[in-house]
Amino acid sequence: MKLKTLLLGAIAGTALAPAAFAERGSDGHVNIIYWQAPSILNPYLSSGTKDIESASLVVEPLGRYDQDGALVAYLAEEIPTVENGGVAADLKSITWKLKSGLTWSDGTPVTSADVKFTADYCMNPEGGCAQLAKFEGVDSVEIIDDLTVTVTFGEAKPNPYGPFMGGQSPIIQMAQFENCTGAKAPECTDANFGPIGTGPFVVTEFRPNDVITMEANQNYRDAAKPAFATLTFKGGGDATASGRAVLETGEFDYAWNLQLAPDVLAKMAEGGKGTTVAAFGTLVERIEMNMTNTSPDLPEGERGTAMHPHPFLSDVRVRKALSMAIDRELLVEIGYGQAGRPTCNLVPAPLAYASDNTDCLIQDIEGAKALLDEAGYTVGSDGVREKDGVRLSMLYQTSTNAVRQDFQALIKQWWDEIGVETELRNINASVFFGGDPGSPDTFQRFYADVEMYANNFDGTDPESYLAQHTCDKAPKPESQWQGENMNRYCDPAYDALVAELGRTGSLAKRGEIAKKLNDMLTKESYVVVPLVDRGRVSAHANSLGGVVLNTWDSELWNVADWYRIK
Amino acid sequence: MTDLSNSTPLAPPRSQWLSVWDQLKKHKGALMGGSFLLFITLAVLLGPFVWSLDPQKIDYRSRDFRPIYHLLFDADAKAVWGHPLGTDQLGRDGLANILAGGRTSMAVGWSAMLLTLFIGTLVGVIAGYFKRLDGPLMRLTDLFLSLPILPLLLVAVTLFRQPLRANFGPEGGMFILIVAIIGITSWMPTARIVRGDVLALKEREFILAARSIGTQPGAMIWRHLLPNVISPIMVSATLGLAAAIITESALSFLGVGFPSDFPTWGKMLADAVQRMEEFPERVMLPGIAISMTVLSVNYLGDGLRDALDPRIRGR
Amino acid sequence: MLTFTIRRLILAVPTLLFISLVIFLLLELAPGDPMAQVPLTVPPEVKEKMREALGLGQPMHIRFWKWLVQFFWIEPQVLIDHMFGTAYSVGDLRVISWQTRSPVMDTVVQRIPQTLWVVGTAYIVGILIALPIGIYSAYRQYSVFDQCGTFITMIGFSIPPFFTGPLLIVIFSVQLGWFPFIYDTTHVVNDWDSFVYQLRQMILPVMVLSLQTTAQISRYMRASMLDNLNQDYVRTARAKGLSESVVVMVHVLRNSMIPVVTVIALGMPAIFGGAIITEQIFSVNGIGAQLITALFANDLPTVQTLTFIFAMLIVFFNLIADILYGLLDPRIRYD
Repeated sequence: MKLKTLLLGAIAGTALAPAAFAERGSDGHVNIIYWQAPSILNPYLSSGTKDIESASLVVEPLGRYDQDGALVAYLAEEIPTVENGGVAADLKSITWKLKSGLTWSDGTPVTSADVKFTADYCMNPEGGCAQLAKFEGVDSVEIIDDLTVTVTFGEAKPNPYGPFMGGQSPIIQMAQFENCTGAKAPECTDANFGPIGTGPFVVTEFRPNDVITMEANQNYRDAAKPAFATLTFKGGGDATASGRAVLETGEFDYAWNLQLAPDVLAKMAEGGKGTTVAAFGTLVERIEMNMTNTSPDLPEGERGTAMHPHPFLSDVRVRKALSMAIDRELLVEIGYGQAGRPTCNLVPAPLAYASDNTDCLIQDIEGAKALLDEAGYTVGSDGVREKDGVRLSMLYQTSTNAVRQDFQALIKQWWDEIGVETELRNINASVFFGGDPGSPDTFQRFYADVEMYANNFDGTDPESYLAQHTCDKAPKPESQWQGENMNRYCDPAYDALVAELGRTGSLAKRGEIAKKLNDMLTKESYVVVPLVDRGRVSAHANSLGGVVLNTWDSELWNVADWYRIK
Repeated sequence: MTDLSNSTPLAPPRSQWLSVWDQLKKHKGALMGGSFLLFITLAVLLGPFVWSLDPQKIDYRSRDFRPIYHLLFDADAKAVWGHPLGTDQLGRDGLANILAGGRTSMAVGWSAMLLTLFIGTLVGVIAGYFKRLDGPLMRLTDLFLSLPILPLLLVAVTLFRQPLRANFGPEGGMFILIVAIIGITSWMPTARIVRGDVLALKEREFILAARSIGTQPGAMIWRHLLPNVISPIMVSATLGLAAAIITESALSFLGVGFPSDFPTWGKMLADAVQRMEEFPERVMLPGIAISMTVLSVNYLGDGLRDALDPRIRGR
Repeated sequence: MLTFTIRRLILAVPTLLFISLVIFLLLELAPGDPMAQVPLTVPPEVKEKMREALGLGQPMHIRFWKWLVQFFWIEPQVLIDHMFGTAYSVGDLRVISWQTRSPVMDTVVQRIPQTLWVVGTAYIVGILIALPIGIYSAYRQYSVFDQCGTFITMIGFSIPPFFTGPLLIVIFSVQLGWFPFIYDTTHVVNDWDSFVYQLRQMILPVMVLSLQTTAQISRYMRASMLDNLNQDYVRTARAKGLSESVVVMVHVLRNSMIPVVTVIALGMPAIFGGAIITEQIFSVNGIGAQLITALFANDLPTVQTLTFIFAMLIVFFNLIADILYGLLDPRIRYD
């Protein structure tokens, strides 16, 4: 990726020498297609990727993550750190300083009041702000002077880059949203559909769930950018259509997230009109093992709770054998191609937090069989192993998605080979990932033995992600089946280590603890069985230059630098 | 009209159904359609015993094989006799899948279509014939036409999947659920069409005549009305079969269909669309299977309609 | 007939209220969560707050009552305001979508043009092709024309749009490069060239959609014509010396229209309802696409409003069909 970027940069340097002196808007029109259409341009009212990324063309945060996950100042003068004094030594406050001379697209100056207002807007208890988690632990936001604000946290915050960092928490204009706080937030349709921002583009028309037309922001801080005068952001259709539109017909210049089988994508790329780009973040496709018994014979209220441990998955040897039987290389080859790599880790990146655990990468059917023999499960007359009347027969659920169904079929076959019977079920994503406590099919309720889905964490710090597997986060009837510890894994040692991570400030030490936590969940207990580290594949037309795919922030983070290769 | 002499008045009176059968036998389309249906039914029923490869068996090394006829024009084609219809992207055998998929699709298609026809005709005839029931039944039809299908499916799955699965197994339970869902969500057009025809028929002279000799409503419907609305019902049947086979695959997309490793024609077709340029056979085979089945039902229906029409019969 | 129509229209009010209640209960009962598409990185507490902000915490009957008031009282006021520039609705809360946080009706109004352009044209094209095919196929039963027509329409019907759509795209957009396949909803027709562009971008979805309509209607037309061609009154008409075209096109056709009128009337609401799969394939983003995205996002106010609008259209067009029966066959009386 880096090499590619450099090469692209070199090409740009030679081919576009005049670009440095180019005028804003000299490259005409650019077409972007997202197969999920944006519904709203206010990221505080919707956390859908499509909404956040389309909004990132217009509104900007103080700082962003770059393609390597490093912090880059955007509206801020620089990224505050302990070293430069921006972050207090006790980690309880962070002081941001805005660049001077910044203006909104309507020409008014950007001040620290806007920054403070943004925090108040999201933290309003009636607003239902989608990015509230970004402001977790914030005690107050104080205006120091016109360009300086200090965010104070209730307790020491080893990672103070929650508020105002990344595409999810951009700065919005106080003048525009002043009367839209709290319960009135959804009533301000005009503001939500056309926020005034500092970004390279300005909304001219927004059609919800369909298309956005934009033009260059005449007050953008770099007088030569953006290179495009107008922009169309089309939404809808499916990944196949958007891939085709960029790679085969050239109707569009940029297509987002082409989740297509690798051979299909390769065939499209032969169209010759565009190029695919891939980058990796922290998204991991995994199988979660249920530690509790979800047999329908158990009464509601006890079913799927810690009261009844799982008849065979509570044995670590069974879980390990199930993991050993999987050929992750093949899964990647079939499902993701260049956009995936096999992994044994729950936290695959960034480097400081990624464990070096690779022992699951080699498929070992014989070893798995031996392990099950050792655990006392012998092959019965129908080829399914059993011990004391407990048959190794499982229900394996996931959401409806072509790649996931292929994975299910393959994994079922491998588990068949080691004598484990599997019944497959796929559930509509809007039910599976919904938290409806009345539905038996949600992934939190987990009325199955194993389930497969993908998850990741925001930004580069895995603390809250790893904290999802503490005992108290287990979904149970009393908590309306809400919670993130789907497996109902419960280990006091793990909880203690999570608590320690929360108190640790040193980066090296944090990395060490995070790796240990990752290993406890994966190679030590096999409660979570990671399969594939999923990257992102997008495509851009051959004539579109400057694209740098970024999975740590909005994909359109550097749209101001995009240009037309002539 | 030339064969009027065939029905000699001297012959002993024959059963109506026997002469219908005689006429049907003479109908070329019906004969062809019928024999194709018989063939495909036998193939999907008995085929898996002859061609015993497991349709769900994944053999990744032998993926993307082409059908054997590719050897005719391309000697280097990746094709083997072991997989005469090729394999899919995971190496599952094409022929085994067509056979196994046909079994499910035919079963779902026929059951759902018959259920649709039954409900639709029943509601349509009753609403058309009994004036007092017309209003309520047609408002019920309006209600069913207005119900959004996806929430309905999700509710049905939530409520009934577990009990059906406990009683009929995961596949049997899903089969009943799918047939019932397709049945109760697609009977309304048939009902409205049949009702419209019955409304018009009811005012015809022969019905008046039948009523004046004291024919009971049951006999009236069975003997006089139903045979006269048979042609729209036949069209509904043909269209309904195709729709049911396709709807089944749409249900799998929504995550309320059969388990994902369970082949059906509709699902094979849907899965293959992405790769239709490189592997056209993967869309063609299930596509042809569905179209041919629907066409043969259509011809059979044509023949049956002609045979049931006493004016044409004996022509 | 007039009293019948008036009675039916009055009766439609309680029917529709009942339908709206059933739809509401169905949506309530269906599993699903408007937060389902929120990324998993958002913690459950935040999702709970977001649900509360959507008003999900309120009891069911209150939410239903709110919707009724908003739909039947406030939305018509907005319409009146819009037409006459009055200000009755200022400050009233309209039916708000959970996805876009904007009034549902605004989006509907925004999407009606592309839906009518594409789906409406396809329906009209479909009917215009289907009727002659059906009539001629029946008139010359088992002729070559009939056989070909049967073959093509049946294959057309049994091949689903999720296949024909991509097939046409591959042929006409990718290989030949004749037509664009991502529908441009912002396109404005104001001169000949833009009209030609509009035609070019419509042609593929219209082809896919009209194939289905043609197949269905022509089959019913043909079957119904066949039923009537052998009736005694046809023989009488011919014996009277009426020309063949008058016999077929006036007498037989009129008597054969009842099932066809039913089918066409049943299909009319679907024009406004859009075509979910086809709209998705060509990114037309009409009302069908709005409904399906709302369904997947569990955006209940949008789903409720759209399905209810369809329900009104269904009831209305079925009433039209019933009235047409009476005109086509005066013997049919409802009173």
